[in-house]
Amino acid sequence: MGILEVQNVNKRFGGLQALNNVNLNVEKGSVHAIIGPNGAGKSTLLNCFVGRLTPDTGSVMFNGKSLLGIKPHQINQAGVSRVFQTPEIFSDLSALENVMIPAFAKRDGAYKLNPFRRVTQESEIRDSAEEVLRDVGLADRKDLIAAEMSRGDKRRLEMAMCLVQDPELLLLDEPTAGMARADTNKTIDLLKHIGETRGITKVVIEHDMHVVFSLADKISVLAQGTVLVEDVPENIKGHPKVREAYLGEAQV
Amino acid sequence: MLKLDSKDTRLFLIVIAMTLLAPFILNPFPEGSNLAQFNAGYPDLMQRFVIFGIFAIGFNLLFGLTGYLSFGHAAFLGVGSYASIWMMKLLTVNVIPAMFASVIVSGLFALVVGYVCLRRSGIYFSILTLAFAQMSFALAYSVLTPLTGGETGLQLKAADPRILDFGAAEGSIGRASFFGIDMRASMELPVGSWLFTLNFGYYLAAFVMLIAFYVSIRIFRSPFGMMLRAVKSNQNRLNYTGVSTKPYTLAVFVISGMYAGLAGGLLVAMDTQVGPERMFWTASGEVVLMTILGGAGTLIGPVLGAGFIKYMENIVSKINSKTLEAWFGFLPDGLEDALITIVYPFVGKGWHLTLGIMFMLVVIFLPGGLVEGGKRIGGWLTGKGRKSKTDGGQEATASTPAE
Ligand SMILES: Nc1ncnc2c1ncn2[C@@H]1O[C@H](COP(=O)(O)OP(=O)(O)OP(=O)(O)O)[C@@H](O)[C@H]1O
Ligand SMILES: [Mg+2]
Repeated sequence: MGILEVQNVNKRFGGLQALNNVNLNVEKGSVHAIIGPNGAGKSTLLNCFVGRLTPDTGSVMFNGKSLLGIKPHQINQAGVSRVFQTPEIFSDLSALENVMIPAFAKRDGAYKLNPFRRVTQESEIRDSAEEVLRDVGLADRKDLIAAEMSRGDKRRLEMAMCLVQDPELLLLDEPTAGMARADTNKTIDLLKHIGETRGITKVVIEHDMHVVFSLADKISVLAQGTVLVEDVPENIKGHPKVREAYLGEAQV
Repeated sequence: MLKLDSKDTRLFLIVIAMTLLAPFILNPFPEGSNLAQFNAGYPDLMQRFVIFGIFAIGFNLLFGLTGYLSFGHAAFLGVGSYASIWMMKLLTVNVIPAMFASVIVSGLFALVVGYVCLRRSGIYFSILTLAFAQMSFALAYSVLTPLTGGETGLQLKAADPRILDFGAAEGSIGRASFFGIDMRASMELPVGSWLFTLNFGYYLAAFVMLIAFYVSIRIFRSPFGMMLRAVKSNQNRLNYTGVSTKPYTLAVFVISGMYAGLAGGLLVAMDTQVGPERMFWTASGEVVLMTILGGAGTLIGPVLGAGFIKYMENIVSKINSKTLEAWFGFLPDGLEDALITIVYPFVGKGWHLTLGIMFMLVVIFLPGGLVEGGKRIGGWLTGKGRKSKTDGGQEATASTPAE
């Protein structure tokens, strides 16, 4: 049984069928890539997992429990963290604070009203946040206000915010978009490395085939809201449907 | 010291020193001199400085940290005042139970109002709070007259039961006191041609303000405060991060309402009367102005803003054409008249005009308020015009435009 099971999910925006009977089965501990051309519905699908959107029909089960109809913070508390396509960070806060907040949420649950504790007392939270910032390569920029960071750094910051929670399921929406090649390779290493040591299950949306094939255990190809194929990378490479969907856009 | 880091400790010590020495600092001009009317060191005004300072500090906890702009905070001030005067009428003229009552009652009221209003954010939240405050005003003004005294409000009366004041002379009107010490007790201190007044009520209010200020620093520096700043920065992200934001916003709304209630209670302690106009929307707007003018999201800004506006209201508003003639009298006649004509609309009854212009200038050129202005001047003076980044939360929020 998969850790994330998506069955017959449909989502319509007005006249547009953004998701059409989508099925997805993500194995525990695996890296599952979702690829497909622009507008295929990849982000829409992730939105249905984290409570940003509710599917019109279908089911989304995480560890045997439905993720539909519960609030975003409950989904996160259940063990699902997400990196968004456009970085969602706390722009006015420092990088370190950005990472400490999810660490608090992990430790204290949905809320803990402690106006008389001091942030400076929370050394274990600070230490774990600093460690993750080091992992993503932002150790020297931890005091920078997030708004002042480069696009690639914001993305890495957001990844740190998710990693610090040590989630069971990590959803990544184009984690390397806007990154230079060297940074992309570092990110791949990072994602591999956290996969090994912590056994996190990952769902990755990617356009960069280099990233996809160096990471994924399994790939789903989505086009116009429909899953064309779901298979291991070797079988995806030469698949005629995939070539057709991309129309030579990527050198598969 | 006091579980504050060195920077906050320094700020707190400065504020303590300023409030203790206020009767001297605010009275720099000798009695009878031309400039004596600019002296603000008299008890009534100094009390207002610290009481409205408390009001603004509390407002800033909500607005400065979370960005939720309440436009109805005067309602909590008013409720605190009514609670306080009823305590004095029914129980005792001692101000301590009255202050507790004002904090508790306004806190409960804020819990109800906050629960409803926080269902929305942005402009809708502001409108909801405004509606609540205007409703409270209308109720106090008419329907609830038995409780609020309607238009005329409530004062202490000789007939008040005051069941805990056993020794009180029959038929005498109570005076607010602190375990027997009259709030109006003052000591006059003539030094040369200066006259300083040390007033007990002021020092009591100042002491309460210092506690309120200290608590606010602690909230700013707590994980709770960090979450509140995250609410302002990106509430969506906070939800996807596993945080339920409502308990945080509601808690700070209630804390903020309690601050307002405490200020209302202190107003009654200093001057034992209440009227519904205390809850009018202009009073709610005033605390918004104070906070933004001083610097929303900074620690000291709201106190500065409150002091600044109360100073304008009480001092600049008293400048009249006679004063202007005295100032510009040394100039040739034509020039004198011209200057008076130019300056006149901005002083006296026109003080709102000056305030409005100041406010616009601050919002446009100094989004961080007077605090940012002070920092820039400090930066020029020390020759390093650049912005320091080591300031933690204070700087981070001070540098974002007020919303
Ligand atoms: N909230 C929304 N309301 C209306 N239409 C939407 C909404 N979200 C997405 N869409 C539409 O649904 C389709 C799928 O969008 P989606 O963002 O899921 O594509 P994607 O596969 O993530 O593409 P990309 O690779 O460009 O990120 C697009 O046509 C998009 O315009
Ligand atoms: Mg997308």
